Amino acid sequence: MPIEVEVVSPVRLLYRTEQADMVIVPGSEGELGVLPNHAPLLTTMGFGELRIVEGEDVVSFVIYGGIVEVRPDKVTVLADDAESVYEIDLEQVEAARARARDLMASAPDDAQRAEIAQELRRAEIAVRARYRAMQQRGGVRSVEEENNSA
Amino acid sequence: MPTTREIKRRINSVKNINQVTRALEAVSASYVRRAQNAVLASRPYAQHAYDVLVNVAAQSKGEPLHPLLYVHEPVERIGILLITGDRGLAGAYNANVIRRAMRFAESYERPIHWVTVGRRGRDAIRRWIARLERDDSAPAYLKQQEIVAEFSYLPADPDLGDVAEIAQIVFDEFLKVPVHEFFIAYTHFINTVTQAPRVLPLLPLRPFETHVKRISELVQPDPEVRSRTRDYIYEPDAAAILDEVIPRLTQLQILQALRESLSSEHSARMVAMRNASESAEALAEALQLEYNKARQLVITNEILDIIGGVEALQDRD
Repeated sequence: MPIEVEVVSPVRLLYRTEQADMVIVPGSEGELGVLPNHAPLLTTMGFGELRIVEGEDVVSFVIYGGIVEVRPDKVTVLADDAESVYEIDLEQVEAARARARDLMASAPDDAQRAEIAQELRRAEIAVRARYRAMQQRGGVRSVEEENNSA
Repeated sequence: MPTTREIKRRINSVKNINQVTRALEAVSASYVRRAQNAVLASRPYAQHAYDVLVNVAAQSKGEPLHPLLYVHEPVERIGILLITGDRGLAGAYNANVIRRAMRFAESYERPIHWVTVGRRGRDAIRRWIARLERDDSAPAYLKQQEIVAEFSYLPADPDLGDVAEIAQIVFDEFLKVPVHEFFIAYTHFINTVTQAPRVLPLLPLRPFETHVKRISELVQPDPEVRSRTRDYIYEPDAAAILDEVIPRLTQLQILQALRESLSSEHSARMVAMRNASESAEALAEALQLEYNKARQLVITNEILDIIGGVEALQDRD
């Protein structure tokens, strides 16, 4: 029995499928693999990669916090912010990382420091997820992916 | 009678104005479409987040699980988040929502903390407060109001990041200052010619009251929600989940109101600019007629002069 999966962020619906076999969620208490008929569960998410296994395919998103609602036949991912791994622009991420490092060097106050640390972590996770996705399928699906999630 | 050159100059300036108003109209038209699409894009998230909220809140058995759900009695002070534009030239758009908010403030009879978004609203409320201070007959609660925060020149296409700061002020006011209820005054977009200023409750969030659904207008009322309640495993616990969902929902409500207001502002400006363009065209036509008459008059006068001169010469012969 496949699971229905919906990935939404406050600004858009990123992905929807009714054919998932397994969902791997970046829960705040640790990574969480959800198979069909999972007990109802509500949990918060940290920063990390969300993977949706559909037969041979793995669809992958980077999640920056949020919550996930698991029901026996449906998984709803409410992300604070999310993007498809295939949408990640490595150059942009590198630029953001360099900017954050420069800021860190200019003696920020505590609030800024936390924000910068967050930004760096974001970049770290985005880069890692992107590289893994490229290894898996050489980034071939990128155009199709973007159309699906737009 | 103005000279032809003066009239020509006025025609040119009217035509220039016409070009400007036309351009503004076109710009506003494209913004309306964008803002409307943005409103629709947040809908799925709001729907799901609301479902989660109702489910979790139902399991709390009446006890408020989150400080933003706490209903204060009696209400001693209220907050109003007023959303207006930064610029004029939008017909009665700004004036309508400001008047609506002021009327609400007068009828609620409580001291008010204002949070304004948009320069027009801030300036109007400032003037109002100053006027009330000088007015001895004004009731006491109206004299105890202040603007606690103001935001202006938000980006044309605001997202959650832009709203987060506004929401933070609202939360702080509600949780620390004791503002017992928070309202939002914005302009609801009905269609390009009709917009309705509204004041709706923002905090405390009351998940089971139908008016909450009306506030966001994001969530389609769903009578099944309550019966669908199921026993969830919470990780780490229900409070952490609510901590995530509730502030987001409020932020989304503010974002939604902001987008509705932007749609309204741009439509109002579009209509105002179209009217201005039409007036400019009519004026240009009338001036052209005057110009033609003036030009004809000059020619007639010149001919008269020449004929007069010729006749004078003939008389001398």
